[in-house]
Amino acid sequence: MKLDLRLDTSGDFYAQKFQPTKREDTLILNMGPQHPSTHGVLRILLEIDGEYIVRAEPVLGYIHRMHEKMAEVMSYPQYLPNPARTDYLHALAWGWAHVGAVERLMGLEVPERAEYIRVITCELNRINSHLLWWGAYLLDLGAFTPIMYAFDDREIIMDILQRVTGSRLTYCYYRFGGVSKDIDDRFVAETREQCTRMKERFKMYKDLVTDNYILRQRVEEIGEISVNACRKYGATGPVLRGSGQAYDVRRAEPYSVYDRFDFNIPTYDSCDAMGRYMVRMDEMQESINIIEQALDTLPQGNFIHPKAPKRAKPPAGDVYFAVEGARGKIRMHLVSDGGKSAYRLKLRAPGFSNLSLFGEVSSGTLISDAVSILGSLDLVIPEIDR
Amino acid sequence: MIVKSIRENLGGMWSLLVGLRVTSINFFRPHVTVHYPRQCVPTLEGYRGHIELVPLEKDPLKSKCIACSNCVKICPTSCISLKATKPKKAAVAEGADSPAAKVPSEGKKEAPVKKAKPELQSFVLDYNYCSLCGLCVQSCPTGALEFSDDVYLAGFTRQEFVFDLLARLQRQAQKKEQ
Amino acid sequence: MIEAIPTQLIIILVGLAATMAFVGLNAILLVYLERKVAGFIHRRPGPYEVGPHGILQPFADGLKLVGKQIFTPKGADSVLFWLAPMISMAPAIVCFLVIPFGPNVLIFNTNVGLVLILAFTGINVLALCIAGWTSQNKYALVGAARGVSQSVAYEIPLLLAVLPIIFMTGTFNLYDITLGQGAWPWQWFIVYQPVAFVIFFICALAETNRAPFDLPEAESELTAGFHTEYSGMGFALFFLSEYAYMVIAACVTAVLFLGGFQGPVVSGWWWFLAKVYILLLIMIWIRWTFPRVRFDQLLNICWKWLIPLAIINLLITLLVIAL
Repeated sequence: MKLDLRLDTSGDFYAQKFQPTKREDTLILNMGPQHPSTHGVLRILLEIDGEYIVRAEPVLGYIHRMHEKMAEVMSYPQYLPNPARTDYLHALAWGWAHVGAVERLMGLEVPERAEYIRVITCELNRINSHLLWWGAYLLDLGAFTPIMYAFDDREIIMDILQRVTGSRLTYCYYRFGGVSKDIDDRFVAETREQCTRMKERFKMYKDLVTDNYILRQRVEEIGEISVNACRKYGATGPVLRGSGQAYDVRRAEPYSVYDRFDFNIPTYDSCDAMGRYMVRMDEMQESINIIEQALDTLPQGNFIHPKAPKRAKPPAGDVYFAVEGARGKIRMHLVSDGGKSAYRLKLRAPGFSNLSLFGEVSSGTLISDAVSILGSLDLVIPEIDR
Repeated sequence: MIVKSIRENLGGMWSLLVGLRVTSINFFRPHVTVHYPRQCVPTLEGYRGHIELVPLEKDPLKSKCIACSNCVKICPTSCISLKATKPKKAAVAEGADSPAAKVPSEGKKEAPVKKAKPELQSFVLDYNYCSLCGLCVQSCPTGALEFSDDVYLAGFTRQEFVFDLLARLQRQAQKKEQ
Repeated sequence: MIEAIPTQLIIILVGLAATMAFVGLNAILLVYLERKVAGFIHRRPGPYEVGPHGILQPFADGLKLVGKQIFTPKGADSVLFWLAPMISMAPAIVCFLVIPFGPNVLIFNTNVGLVLILAFTGINVLALCIAGWTSQNKYALVGAARGVSQSVAYEIPLLLAVLPIIFMTGTFNLYDITLGQGAWPWQWFIVYQPVAFVIFFICALAETNRAPFDLPEAESELTAGFHTEYSGMGFALFFLSEYAYMVIAACVTAVLFLGGFQGPVVSGWWWFLAKVYILLLIMIWIRWTFPRVRFDQLLNICWKWLIPLAIINLLITLLVIAL
């Protein structure tokens, strides 16, 4: 039998481009696009020496859906459901980025109540996103149970959000000048109840997972990313905060009413996967903190600006709007020529910058560590490919 | 050095036991899922199913729709198509010389509203492409559209998800009468 | 004398058939148990639709696996490729011959029972290695490499944990080892040898490739490891043999440390099965609780902790026996 695994020249363009190497004792391993731990259709080419990774290169574009081009074709309100489809886990933040950009360009005032509703729902969505990441990350590390507990909590939050937004995952809730539906007392009561419940659940999560010795061995001192590397690649969000830099768009470029709330920006200096893990776990608690404050001070008023245009038509000009998503800084750069659809819309996906780190961080680690690092970056592939 | 590492590992072993305790407690707690085909989740409130037409209060066989086609225009995926009988005056205008467009349009404004009201012939939703954004419902000037609670849909062909909503409205009205 | 040999042969042949049935039955039970326990831990009902409370689910699974296309990957050595699952399964059945299920339920009483089990379970590694190598798949190759080094490493502490028991009883005969312990829990060897028990149990988990040591198949890293390319009955045989080895591991643990078929009030096979199933439940419970360890950590646990501990334990035992 001929076992010639290295000189497989019939690979596709990327494989062939990746192939040439000086070493003769390495394997080229094609991880993805249908690999269980790449969460979607990310493909990573690995050159491995035994179990050690010599080189790694992500290959993108398997779920490119031209969301930026669609913005040039569709009218502004028609584009509203699109941002939710880029990052389906933190759909509301993406929706907010789009809505916020258009509002800023039009100079449209958002009623205070609507801003509060946006903060509450966006933070609930952030908790949801982090919970799913938590479950999926543990799945990558081989523990199957946590994702089920995470979904238990997620379902409740999704039920709460479903009553006001109408959907469970790809929300299309924010409108130019407000939100599409007001929240009621039941929403407030249920959210409060869930906040208290989550605090209890975090204790269980800590016992089951965070303190677990095997987990700590799998994430501590794995995938160390220095602040400089983060800066080099433009990594933001928990990845940057896990490297000790307290950068959060909610603080750095305050939008909406975030400047009224008192919350911490969790940072960890360890720079490893554990740091990023802890940042996300703490962030969920901070989100609950924000939600509780927002519920306490929820003002009365309109949930949408009474003169909000049904067909938004911003004047010519360009505008930039950034929000803090669960994965980092979501930014929209909108250029308008005064028409009914955008002249150009640039989406900045935080996952793209975070993924770019992977090649540098993973070289020299084991395959298992690479999976751990990949998971700790919290990638949502549709967001990266857009 | 060795002592420290032994202590660390013993602490680690203890954390494993704590983990086992958590799963064993959960083992004996009640289930959180439902047996789907026989039971459904109780909280469908607010969920957006596909859209449906709202009947007139007087005549449940007719919808509130005035065929303004705002929903058709705003739909991001153009999954709505509607047909309506042309209002009488407009039909005349089309029939008459087309270059003289100005005169009939002025006449349209003067025409009594009742007669110019177009009647809805068919309202077809291609649910395959719908992204449930709810823009059509919001753009409707008469509130003729609402979300149904028809969410447990399954079918074998695409054609099964092209709904004729007017026929559906009439079916529902007949069912209610019975 | 001439008549005696066929009787023995007949007993072994009947026993083999019986163990095959036992292995099959156990696999069905364990598949159901595993999925149910997983479900209950996740706070969901687990299999529920096929039969009342889903008890026919394993049969449905089996039927599905039988119905699948048997597929040999391009470039694979088809003979070795299909030999591997059989090599994996066959020794498992032999091992059951020497296990004393009850005072009168023992197919083949031999003085080298324990050695036989340890020897035959070692063959599983070969199957794993062949499966990974002939699959012509890089994931499978890595999985096989992991499996081989894991099994080889963990055989040592396994043997070192067994040795104190051998010294205490002075026999390899599993029946005699069982009789060497009393009926009540404080008369079992687990009381005299708690460290050996823990080491043995961890090694058993590693040898049977159970989580958290399921590295050869680590589904989130190597998709399915050494059996990535297997479909249909090839996969089913690996699956079956995994469960068979789990049962063997639990049986041997029960015999060596938990008094085998001896139990309070009335000794018998029911005590043995109860002990085995409690051990299996613990194995399943562990699987659905912990993350997977990393490969170098797995070997570190073995070489840095288990082997020194086992040697110290053995020396202390010898000292006590000598005194």
